[in-house]
Amino acid sequence: MMPNLPFLKKKQPEDRSEIFRASRRDFLKIGSLAAGGLVLGVNFQCSGPKGELVTFAPNVFVSIGSDNLVTILAHRSEMGTGIRTSLPMIVADELGADWSKVKIVQAEGDESKYGNQNTDGSFSVRMFYEPMKKAGATARHMLMQAAAKEWGVDVAECDTENSHVVLKGGSKKIPFGDLVAQIQTMELPKAEDVPMKDFSSYKLVGKDIPIYDVKDIATGNAVFGADVNLPNMLIAVVQRSPVVGAKVVSYNDEKALAIPGVKKVVKIEGPGLPAGLDKPLEGVAVLAENTWAAIKGSRELEIEWDLGPNQSYDSAVQLEEMVKSTTSNGTAKRERGNFSQAKSSSGKVIEKTYLAPFYAHSTIEPPAAIADVKADGSVEVWAPSQHPQWARDAVSAALGIDVSKVKMNVTLLGGGFGRKSKPDFVAEAALLSKAAGVPVRVQWTRECDLHHDYYHSHSAQRIVATLDGSGNLTGWNHHTVFPAIGSGLDAAPPSDGELDLGCRDFPYEVPNIRIESHETTAHTRIGWLRSVSNIHHAFAICTMLDEIAETKGVDPVDQALQLLGEDKNLTFAGEMVGDYGNYGEKIEDFPWSTARMKKVIETVAEKSNWKSNLAAGKAVGFAAHKSFLTYVACVVMVEKDANGNLVIPEVHYAVDCGIPVNTDRVRSQFEGGAQFATSLATTSAITLENGRVKQNNFDTYQIIRMSQAPKKIHVHIIPSMEKPTGVGEPPVPPFIPALANAVYKLTGKRNYQLPFQV
Amino acid sequence: MEKYVINVNGKDREVSALQDMPLLWVLRDLLDMKGTKFGCGQALCGACTVHLDGEAVRSCSLPVSEVGTGKITTIEGLSEDGSHPLQKAWVEHIVPQCGYCQSGQIMNAAALLSRNPSPSESEIEAAMEGNLCRCGTYNRIKDAIVTASKSL
Repeated sequence: MMPNLPFLKKKQPEDRSEIFRASRRDFLKIGSLAAGGLVLGVNFQCSGPKGELVTFAPNVFVSIGSDNLVTILAHRSEMGTGIRTSLPMIVADELGADWSKVKIVQAEGDESKYGNQNTDGSFSVRMFYEPMKKAGATARHMLMQAAAKEWGVDVAECDTENSHVVLKGGSKKIPFGDLVAQIQTMELPKAEDVPMKDFSSYKLVGKDIPIYDVKDIATGNAVFGADVNLPNMLIAVVQRSPVVGAKVVSYNDEKALAIPGVKKVVKIEGPGLPAGLDKPLEGVAVLAENTWAAIKGSRELEIEWDLGPNQSYDSAVQLEEMVKSTTSNGTAKRERGNFSQAKSSSGKVIEKTYLAPFYAHSTIEPPAAIADVKADGSVEVWAPSQHPQWARDAVSAALGIDVSKVKMNVTLLGGGFGRKSKPDFVAEAALLSKAAGVPVRVQWTRECDLHHDYYHSHSAQRIVATLDGSGNLTGWNHHTVFPAIGSGLDAAPPSDGELDLGCRDFPYEVPNIRIESHETTAHTRIGWLRSVSNIHHAFAICTMLDEIAETKGVDPVDQALQLLGEDKNLTFAGEMVGDYGNYGEKIEDFPWSTARMKKVIETVAEKSNWKSNLAAGKAVGFAAHKSFLTYVACVVMVEKDANGNLVIPEVHYAVDCGIPVNTDRVRSQFEGGAQFATSLATTSAITLENGRVKQNNFDTYQIIRMSQAPKKIHVHIIPSMEKPTGVGEPPVPPFIPALANAVYKLTGKRNYQLPFQV
Repeated sequence: MEKYVINVNGKDREVSALQDMPLLWVLRDLLDMKGTKFGCGQALCGACTVHLDGEAVRSCSLPVSEVGTGKITTIEGLSEDGSHPLQKAWVEHIVPQCGYCQSGQIMNAAALLSRNPSPSESEIEAAMEGNLCRCGTYNRIKDAIVTASKSL
């Protein structure tokens, strides 16, 4: 059992952050800085493991050079959400920097310097919006103080724009760079003396801003994990245990070594069972002068495996067992009223079972990492890591060296979706570089990636809904079972953290609720995929609600609004067995607001013309689901083309994510989320037989292609001044049931299993 | 190991490689040209798309011995300064999310536009079917291709 889920924010909100002056030396370590610049950092005070305040220092976020160049550090990993642009935007906007003269430098992985860098759980903007504002505002205030002194005016007469301090009225202006000499010796202003800009004066935040790397990407110059090249580097391709827990008995590398270019064969010791979340699998690596020789060499390895206890595992058999277990009594995880009584006195019972498969992340960039173990025992690493500190720790543990001897560079990620939080591939590179005595790039093939992922769990759920004689929903009994994240051969239920992802936090006004979990085992590595267990929970709940509405003869949108009841903040007080996680936030800070949920539902219904008559051959489906503290409602339209293939002509989303920082990236995450979810709903599934994953490449593990993508995706962002929340994951969960409900209306056949057939 | 002279982005390059080494690894490992990406190794995802005599090919599945005197163009050679209409349209529409598949998408789209300067939506879909994007940028790719086609 995992006590904490790493993708959930574990630290308290960073509202106790402090600005400090960093030494120039600190900044020179991470990037260019013109002589005589101002360097400001943010001290984050967070709760430590025992609730004590921990100050991270010195983390450096903004510098201004005498050349007027503003350099901002991106300390979160860029995997496609736009975070490398969005957080610096906040600093630049408060500062009044000329965005075209801002340089963004990627921070290395070092939690002692930069605080939490775990780019996961849709919490980067939520966690760092305020600290980034403070960093920008403090630098701005100091620059204005210096200009005010020079001009002999009150600081209130000054403003900043385009990297200049300006005198209000426009008669004087001075570039930031000309003021850095004066502010080097200036005392830092007290936080309460630093004015923050009014939201309405922002020029970047709340607008469509292009991502920083767009030109580099369009010209092939962006640097991803496998793109770093070092002198004398060898490339490693590994044959890993085909069944999780398998151990190498013996191997013959004669044929592999005969391939021209192959230099060395190295065994990687794996942990066996439990496989863990951060250790390499056992395997045999072929190291060669180029990737092709390594691939060929790895194919020629002859390995005898002791396959271990997972060799007879069959995922279809387990799924049947899980379905069976949902018909027994589970462990109650939430109780309201008395469901059993509601059932015995109900007029009608609807009972359905929902299945979802294992999913692989299948980032188009397969895992790759580079390590250079030096003669003095230290190591420099380059990797597309979502969680650079965890990668640093994993390398330190693998090599048995102090973490201070690991320099962890973060490249761009060619997709992440949770896969690249796990540092197994980074530790592999370090182990192999140590064994070879030269820099090594470990390169996963697509087959490696699909066979050895940390999969999204397959799941079985049974929901029993009861209606009284007048058709009112009186009871809701949700059974859920799936192999838990990080679990193994010992039977375990899903953790509370996983149940809090869209299952226990069922928000509707039903007088009798009983949520039950069941135990099962894991026979492959279970991790987390974009939206995590919200994926299968939202599928079951939102399609069941559609079926209930149909049974009652009411509109599903009207039903959702009615079941949410009056405007109020839900606390689930007294109902949860164990604490409710609320994505790592206090429920007082981020309440569950039925008003905000109703607003997105009403908006999506209005914008999609939900109640208008559709042309023949078209159908629409609706679902709403809050996840990662962001409110989302979705309407999906479907039809069939002349060949009978499903077409999704139009999707409407309404989203309330509080203050939207970069509106273009909010929209792009929803556009992408709809497409990602279309794959989960209609094309993708991982299955295992004899402990082995059956899918090898994109021919058998299919993700949607352009013609299968929704044609038009409209994203309606609710204007809001609430605290910002993330948008990486929330688009996925409601899309799948909205699509399923639309397909039902089109075909008359309900789908209870993902991926569904149309 | 054999010696090959291949023409990449207008320059003859001499490499020494196994004859079955895919062009992808010649470009990436032997010539240190990292713009062309590895995704699947089986011509199933399109991340490695380059041009051979103007036609889009999957470099992960094209052995170097079969390149012959054909002229190879990679993302680095599509334009000198990112000024190809598709590259400009990619920036205008802010197409990329993670960006990893986009070299292949742009190269595939460039081959499409060179044989069909004003493709319909269904022609774009048919031509781009071999290029996967996991982030889900298909809509913006389509829009950018339409924008670029108008500026040709």
